[in-house]
Amino acid sequence: MDPRELYQDIILDHGRHPRNFHALAHPSHFAHGHNPLCGDRVTVYVELDGDRIKDVSFEGRGCAISTASASLMTEILKGKTLAEAEALFKGFHAAVTGDEQPPPAGLEDEMERLAPLTGVKSYPARVKCATLAWHAFEAALRTGAVGATVKTE
Amino acid sequence: MSVVAPLGRPAGTFDPRRIKRDFPVFANNPGLVFLDTAASAQKPAAVIDEVSEFYRNDYANVHRGVYRLSARSSERFEAARETVRRFLNAPDTREIVFVRNATEGINLVAYSWGQTFLKPGDEVLVTELEHHANIVPWQLIRERTGLKLVAAPIDATGGLDLATFERLLGPRTRLVAVTQLANATGAMVPVEAIARMAHAHGAKLLIDGCQAAPRMPVDVQALGCDFYVFSGHKTYGPTGIGVLWAKYDLLEAMPPWQGGGDMILNVTFEKSTFQDPPHRFEAGTPDISGAIGLARALDYIDALGRDAIAAHEADLTGYGADRIARLPGVRLVPAGQRRFGILSFHVDGIHPHDLAQVLDQHGVAVRAGHHCAQPLLDKLDLPATTRASLGIYNDESDIDALCAAITAAQKMFAG
Repeated sequence: MDPRELYQDIILDHGRHPRNFHALAHPSHFAHGHNPLCGDRVTVYVELDGDRIKDVSFEGRGCAISTASASLMTEILKGKTLAEAEALFKGFHAAVTGDEQPPPAGLEDEMERLAPLTGVKSYPARVKCATLAWHAFEAALRTGAVGATVKTE
Repeated sequence: MSVVAPLGRPAGTFDPRRIKRDFPVFANNPGLVFLDTAASAQKPAAVIDEVSEFYRNDYANVHRGVYRLSARSSERFEAARETVRRFLNAPDTREIVFVRNATEGINLVAYSWGQTFLKPGDEVLVTELEHHANIVPWQLIRERTGLKLVAAPIDATGGLDLATFERLLGPRTRLVAVTQLANATGAMVPVEAIARMAHAHGAKLLIDGCQAAPRMPVDVQALGCDFYVFSGHKTYGPTGIGVLWAKYDLLEAMPPWQGGGDMILNVTFEKSTFQDPPHRFEAGTPDISGAIGLARALDYIDALGRDAIAAHEADLTGYGADRIARLPGVRLVPAGQRRFGILSFHVDGIHPHDLAQVLDQHGVAVRAGHHCAQPLLDKLDLPATTRASLGIYNDESDIDALCAAITAAQKMFAG
């Protein structure tokens, strides 16, 4: 087996140098994600402008997969509408769980950028690493500026 | 192998490469470097064949039938109990209770002995080195008894701080419950000294022997404990079978903790009376084939020589600790004065899950995570570690493969 099947360059790069890796000064929404199984923790911050994501960032510590996934997520979600973000999460979740679906219309490029993470579909124990930040993002939108904690086990 | 064989062990008699051939999993998975025996051991063909042979020839329910097949099955089941007695050097076969695993053994003591004899304010003293299985049962019955759970700390070297442990023993300490060998770090615990201290304070001693029983001679009389538990599957036996040993007078005073068939003398709707130990604690049809497979596993490791196994694992632990500690950017988790059979470490800049994943892709099977010892990892300020644990089939080549794979992972993650 080739280790690079799972750890492609883009993942190693984002794992080593995560983008948008800081707290937001004035988030309209945030939430914590926690994977008790491996101890990974992530906090996702969102600043909405109407129904558009003006800014999104994260903090935390975790494995290369969860860090890279959070980093790529923040890059891709910035500037998207909430409807687009929801479609991307659905599409991404399907892709990492091996549920073959056509990419959501108009978001083909974004799905292409997330493709390196879909290697986890062969490693069921790692799917939660790849989706932790997305679950935290979704929880942030649900609970707003109070913050919430989602657990993936 | 080390150049000099320890006293009492003729050089060359213990051959892990020959032992490996007794384990079919290695022939069926060429190149497998299995370093996760602390989680569960692989099974020798002798055990696999014994279970299969028993089902083919002698299987029937035990202690019930008057027919010959059931008598043979009962005889083999009870012979397995005698094998376990010998394995632990227990004085009396009636002291051997078959349970599912060590976890169930500790729960049995907590729910039966603990709920009967512990009063509000009584203390159960554990250590920070414990597996969750020796923490959570006491918390569960704390709700019912009002007991106080006290944890003796580790010192800066990662071993049990014995002086503080002794200070924590008090007039209210009724039970000391400690691991003999910490599953997360490989730290040995001086259980003989603890037995003396516990008994001097009038406390009973329970030893969690999960990691020690497969690795060294165990003599419950010499250890001086009151309860001893271990799991069959970590001792090269089947899953689903484990052992609780307890002194007979303790078992005799303990009420049943589960009710059902096989544990009763007489049942009416008004009242039931119960069997004597050990059957009082074995409600329902037991894991008959598991007990017979376990006995075969214990015979197998006895034939290899438990002193020889202990000497081999001590040598290999030393070799592994030395090799791992020399790798740049790799740090062993502290394990006190004596590390045994388990090598827990972390690699700078690589999360344990990523490391274990890449090691697997090099054929090296290790565990990454909190190893069911979250309080210990919190104390060590580590969210997770990578753990390589040894078995009788491992040798230096497995450690070398591990180290080569760690180096390859470091190269990959460094870019």
